[in-house]
Amino acid sequence: MSLFAHYNYHLAIILAMIGFYTMISRSNLVKKVIGLNVFQVSVFILFISIGVHEDGTVPILREGYHMYSNPLPHVLILTAIVVGIAMTAVALALVVRIREEYGTVEEDQVQAQDEEPGAT
Amino acid sequence: MLTLLADILSWALILTGGAFGIIGGIGLLRLPDFFSRIHAASITDSMCAPCIIAGLMLQSGLTLVTVKLAFLIVFLFLTSPTASHALAKAALHGGLEAGKKHGPAEARES
Amino acid sequence: MDTLVDILLLAFIAICAIAILRLRDLFAVAMMFGMFSLIAAGLFTTMHAPDVAFTEAAVGAGIATILILVTLGQTARREKSQAGRNVLLPLLVVWITGATLIYGTADLPVFGDPQAPAHTHVAPYYIENTQEHIGIPNMVAAVLASYRAYDTLGEVVVVFAAVIGVITLLGLRRRPAGVESRPRDLEKHQVLKVIAKMIIPVILLFGLYVQFHGEYSPGGGFQAGVIFAAGIILYALVFGLEPARQVIPPRVLGALPALGVLIFGGTGVLNQLLGGNFLDYSVLAGNPQTAQQMGIIMIEVGVGVTVGSVMLLIYFIFAERALGRRKDDGEVGR
Repeated sequence: MSLFAHYNYHLAIILAMIGFYTMISRSNLVKKVIGLNVFQVSVFILFISIGVHEDGTVPILREGYHMYSNPLPHVLILTAIVVGIAMTAVALALVVRIREEYGTVEEDQVQAQDEEPGAT
Repeated sequence: MLTLLADILSWALILTGGAFGIIGGIGLLRLPDFFSRIHAASITDSMCAPCIIAGLMLQSGLTLVTVKLAFLIVFLFLTSPTASHALAKAALHGGLEAGKKHGPAEARES
Repeated sequence: MDTLVDILLLAFIAICAIAILRLRDLFAVAMMFGMFSLIAAGLFTTMHAPDVAFTEAAVGAGIATILILVTLGQTARREKSQAGRNVLLPLLVVWITGATLIYGTADLPVFGDPQAPAHTHVAPYYIENTQEHIGIPNMVAAVLASYRAYDTLGEVVVVFAAVIGVITLLGLRRRPAGVESRPRDLEKHQVLKVIAKMIIPVILLFGLYVQFHGEYSPGGGFQAGVIFAAGIILYALVFGLEPARQVIPPRVLGALPALGVLIFGGTGVLNQLLGGNFLDYSVLAGNPQTAQQMGIIMIEVGVGVTVGSVMLLIYFIFAERALGRRKDDGEVGR
C-alpha cells in the first residue's frame, strides 16, 4: 500500500521527466518548446494534487458542503498557466526569427552555422 | 416508480454511449481509408457524447444543470460534424485521394 | 473509484507525452499536445480544480496549439532523424533527476491526507473567512483578486511584457515585402462559414459571462480573456486575416494590453488616493463586502482586457509573419 500512497507524485514526476527528456535530447527547437510545455503541465499536476482533500470538494462555497480542497494551489497554478503561455509565445517568436536568420530550426545545424569561420 | 424508470433509462443511455465510443475507437484503428476513419471518429462525437449527456440529463432531473447539458448537446451537434468536415477538406486539399488505402503516415515517406 | 479514474487519466497522459517524444511529424506532435492539455484539464477536474481545468483547456488546448501550428507553418514540418545522436547522456541525466525526485517524495504526505500541512496551515484561514470578508462563493477568485492581488498584478505585467517581447522580435505589422493578403474565396467554405457565424457570437457572449460570473462559478478574467481571443481567432481562421484585423482597429488593439494593466494598477492607485493602502479595497465603499466585490470586479476587468488583447495580438503578429511564407498554397495564416 505504501507504494500506491504517493502515486500522484510519482506519476507527475515521470511525466515531468518525459518532458525533460524531450527538451534535452531532441534537436528540433519547436519540439524543445513543446517538451518544456509538457514539463510545465506535469508540474501543475503535481502542485494541484498536493492541494486535494480526500473528503473535500471544489473550493466554491455552497450550502451543505463543509470540507473544501485547498484554493491556494489553484490560484498559483492559474497564474502559472498564463505566464507559461506568455513564455511559450516569446519562445516561439524566437524560433521564427532563428528560422529567418539561419534557414533551419535544428539546433545542431544552427550551431554548425555559428561555428563556421566566416560567420558573423 | 418514475425515478426508477428514469434511472434505468439513464443507465441504458450511458452504457449505449460507452458502446458507441468503443465502436468508434475500433473503427478508427481498423478501417483502411482515411475518410472512413474520419467517419468512425465522428460517430464518437455524434452518438457517444450525446447519449452519455442525455443519460446525465435524466440523472439530474429538472434543474439548471439539465438546461446546461441540453446546450452542451446543441453545441456538440454544431461543432463536431464541422470539425470532421474541416478535416476531410484539409485532407483533400493536402492531396489525399478518396477510395485508396491509407497507411500510417511514417510508411508514406515522400 | 476516484483512484481508478486518476490512474487511467494519468496513464493516458503519459502515453500522450511519450507520443510527443517519439513522433517526428510536427503537426501530429501539435495535435498530441492539444490532446495532452485536454487530458490534463480532465485531471484537474477530478482533482477538484475546475478553475484550473478551464484555464488549462482554453490556454493549452486552444491558444498554445494555435501558436505552435502557426509557427510550424513558417518552420519545418518534420523533425530531422535522430539516428546518429548520443542519447546516453540525456537518459542518464533524466534517470538520475527522476530517481532523486521520487526519493524526495517519500516523506511527503499521502495523496488527499486531511492532516497534511497543505490543509492545516494557511488554507483554513481563506476557507473560513472568505464569506465574512468578501462575500463571494468562489474562493479561488477571492484569493486571486483580493487576498493575493499583488501576485495577480505581477502576472498581468508579465503577460504585458511577453507581448512587448513578441512585438520586439517580430514587429507589429511587418509583412514580408511584396505580399498582399488575397481575399479568401469563401464560396468553397460554405459549411465553415455558416457554422462560424452561428458559433462566434455565442463564444463571445460566453466570454463575457465567464468574466462577470467568475465570482460565483469557476471563471474570472484570465479564462474570459482567452475565450474572447479564441472567438476572434476562429473568425480569423475562417474568414481571413484582414477581416479579422478590422474587428478591432489595430491601433486600439495595440493599446489594449497597456489599458488593462492601467486599469489594474489604477485601481490600486485609486485606493491610495482615497486614503487606503495600494490595492486595499476597503476604502471603495461603505459596506466592506461591497467594497471588496467592487475592487474584485475592477481588477478582473483589467486582467480580462490585457489577457484577451495579448493573446489576440500575438496570434495576429505570428499570422502576419506567416503570410508569404508558403506562396504555393498559403492556407496557414491567411
